[in-house]
Amino acid sequence: MLKTIRGTVLAMLMGLAALGAQPAFAQATTIPQTVTPHPGVVAPTPASPVVAGKPGDIVHIAPTPGVGMPTDKIDLQPQVTPIGAEAVWFHDKILVTMMAAISALVLVLLIWVVIRYNARRNPVPSQTHHNTVIEIIWTLLPVIILVLIAVPSIRLLAHQYSPPKADLTVKAIGNQWYWTYQYPDNGDFEVVSNMLKEKNEATGKEKARTDADGPRLLAVDERMVVPEGAVVKVITTSNDVIHSWAIPAFWVKMDAVPGRLNETWFKAPDHPGVYFGQCSELCGARHAFMPIAVEVVTKAQFAQWVAYKGGTMPGAKGAANPDATVGSPATEGKAASGPVPTDAAVPGTTAKPATTSQPAVAQN
Amino acid sequence: MTDIAAHPSHFHAEHGDEHHDADHKPAFFQRWFMSTNHKDIGTLYLIFAIFAGIIGGTISGLMRVELAHPGIQYLGHWYEMLHGAGTADQAHHFWNVLVTAHGLIMVFFMVMPAMIGGFGNWFVPIMIGAPDMAFPRMNNISFWLLIPSFTLLLGSSFFSGGTGPGAGTGWTVYAPLSTSGSPGPAVDMAILSLHLAGASSILGAINFITTILNMRAPGMTLHKMPLFAWSVLVTAFLLLLALPVLAAAITMLLTDRNFGTTFYDASGGGDPILYQHLFWFFGHPEVYIMILPGFGMVSHIISTFSKKPIFGYLGMAYAMVAIGVVGFVVWAHHMFTTGMAVDTKMYFTAATMVIAVPTGIKIFSWIATMWEGSLSFQTPMLWAIGFIFMFTVGGVTGVLLANGGIDNYFQDTYYVVAHFHYVLSLGAVFSLFAGFYYWFPKMSGRMYNELLGKIHFWVFFVGVNVLFFPMHFLGMQGMPRRYPDYPDAYAHWNGIATDGYMIMVAGMAVFFVNVIYSLVAGPKAPANPWGEGATTLEWTLPSPPPYHQFEQLPRID
Repeated sequence: MLKTIRGTVLAMLMGLAALGAQPAFAQATTIPQTVTPHPGVVAPTPASPVVAGKPGDIVHIAPTPGVGMPTDKIDLQPQVTPIGAEAVWFHDKILVTMMAAISALVLVLLIWVVIRYNARRNPVPSQTHHNTVIEIIWTLLPVIILVLIAVPSIRLLAHQYSPPKADLTVKAIGNQWYWTYQYPDNGDFEVVSNMLKEKNEATGKEKARTDADGPRLLAVDERMVVPEGAVVKVITTSNDVIHSWAIPAFWVKMDAVPGRLNETWFKAPDHPGVYFGQCSELCGARHAFMPIAVEVVTKAQFAQWVAYKGGTMPGAKGAANPDATVGSPATEGKAASGPVPTDAAVPGTTAKPATTSQPAVAQN
Repeated sequence: MTDIAAHPSHFHAEHGDEHHDADHKPAFFQRWFMSTNHKDIGTLYLIFAIFAGIIGGTISGLMRVELAHPGIQYLGHWYEMLHGAGTADQAHHFWNVLVTAHGLIMVFFMVMPAMIGGFGNWFVPIMIGAPDMAFPRMNNISFWLLIPSFTLLLGSSFFSGGTGPGAGTGWTVYAPLSTSGSPGPAVDMAILSLHLAGASSILGAINFITTILNMRAPGMTLHKMPLFAWSVLVTAFLLLLALPVLAAAITMLLTDRNFGTTFYDASGGGDPILYQHLFWFFGHPEVYIMILPGFGMVSHIISTFSKKPIFGYLGMAYAMVAIGVVGFVVWAHHMFTTGMAVDTKMYFTAATMVIAVPTGIKIFSWIATMWEGSLSFQTPMLWAIGFIFMFTVGGVTGVLLANGGIDNYFQDTYYVVAHFHYVLSLGAVFSLFAGFYYWFPKMSGRMYNELLGKIHFWVFFVGVNVLFFPMHFLGMQGMPRRYPDYPDAYAHWNGIATDGYMIMVAGMAVFFVNVIYSLVAGPKAPANPWGEGATTLEWTLPSPPPYHQFEQLPRID
């Protein structure tokens, strides 16, 4: 019964969304096509971490200034995913227009009454205290405006919750105060991602940040690497307190809650690049110092990187590192190129077993 | 004729009460420490709120100074001054303590005591023609509970809270950061502090509801009751329904922390998200608790200085009721990134946007009240007009944030900080200053200095806008909240925000000079300094009112 009602309401909302069908992606953001390959840009000193220092690692790329990172401009970060483009259109064209129009209307009315009805110009006040027609108008007008906002808003939500078939699943696990990334589709290897310290702060053998790694407080030693063009399913959880995994340029933010598996997704851009985010839920002392970095590489580079990390590509025979497959899900036919079903992709490697599995995304 | 309360000519109580028994005040200790008089308790609340506001405001100053430039400049020094030498992590934990203390102090010990405890106590009984609150002794305990509550909160910063001393959980006290993430007594003390503050508010709410429903003067029906009394009535119901939920939520935090329960711990079958649902079921009505009495005050001030009755009185009253009701069914818009199902998100998006409708009614009705009025721009009116515009700006960004799909970007960024400071620091606080200047002559018997009041307004207005408007830009570029340090790209607007704080502080200095000067040397205030527009009952009494007013009840025609 309840399900039926829910379904009906949902259907109505979807219908509402469909009514306002418009080219949602009309405002596709321009993405700089130049990606600087690293070597040759920075002198290959031993201290430079971006160089493939270890044999077998890929050549990591430097981020493009102004893309995938904040600037001091007055706008949203450039979006590189279809969802991001739709959301930016909704924000820039609908919401900002609405906010500016309403604020301006109220401001103009206030200025008008201050000028026109001050005691000097209007010594005798009227005693009007009621006008049903105008009260009905200013009740209904906001209702209409809100319905107009709701259409693209609900449509955006619907799109966010209708991911295409995933090409890759990555599990992002929050820890105090760093991220770990597990690749269950690729032999379940794990990458530990720590913020890179500045030169004057790094001690002993610690790597210091260079500009090729990314801006201060955003650069990490090990990025989450994904292949270009892939639909990436991100499963977030935590080993201690709540963290939040966010990449503004992908329009993605999902809390990492201990004992829960949350699911979100993004479509990686069709070309290499580096995109940064920061932990977005207060998680203790070093909350500001556990950034997130996603590196988009070519498919060949991704395969190389996976092999370097001891993982396997789906369809490849055997694992480069037998240990890496421990705990990897047994799925029907590893040769299948499709992603591993989410439910199975729960390796029991986290300190706290995930007891509630409630993926946020209802995959239809 | 008028919709709000009574006109002085309708007031039939016997004057001259104040000359005999009515004005017999008890001795100092009995009067101020064992007080059962609603006006004295209101004064105590206001003094307390100003005191807490100075502390909370100073903490925000520390944060703004640290954030003026990228990198950590001062945190370590401050930490050392308070606790001796410490590690970088302890200094960063100290940042979280500052964030937590600023939020809790401003919400529970500044805005709420000033609005409800201060102005509510002072003027609700007078406006409805009652001699005092229904339960004067309960009123006393409501106030005095705040003292140990505040002491516990401030004291908690000297006890271990995990990484360093003090509770660094944020005012939301999310589990498991507040349970397994913060060993040591500090968070327990902060939780007990919230319990006491909550108990204080619940008792106060019961008192206001009883007073307003039972002690209105003969002839004052609910539909003739002044809007400030309406706003406090709605607020009291919100307090009564919301605070027990908070009490339950933080009690479970306590037992999780100390007695081995696992309400919020998944490894024992609990769920951290449960805490967030309970917290925001309280927390969202709480934001209306902080703004509704301001709505009431602004209505009176706009009406008074326009020399016109409130436009659409009934619509105004029931808009507040509607905001209160809808305010209870929108809480999860604070949780859009916690992993909610799509239909839940759609519901909370739609429900949240509905609140814009009654809020719009209020904004337009205030403007319509001024329309064709005869406006004079004394200080309270400046604050009220400033309130309308600033609250509108905070309101429209609220509509933006209501969209669940948008929050994948904006959740927990400075955009949210900008939004809620526009509705609180520029909304609620503007209405507090408006009310303070409006009623200062009535409460103290002396006029404030008009020039200083206007300077205070303009400097503060410029300051808070320079302080908070750039935070929208920081949020649009994705800067997360509660960060002591940030990537260098955020430096520009952070520097400007800190400049704005400094301007605001200058405005506050003018305020304090004005208050002290006026209390000492201000000219004597007449019963009604505002003229024909001021029609509520407090203006029929002398300034200050007699110790006990309305020994014979006024009758309202």
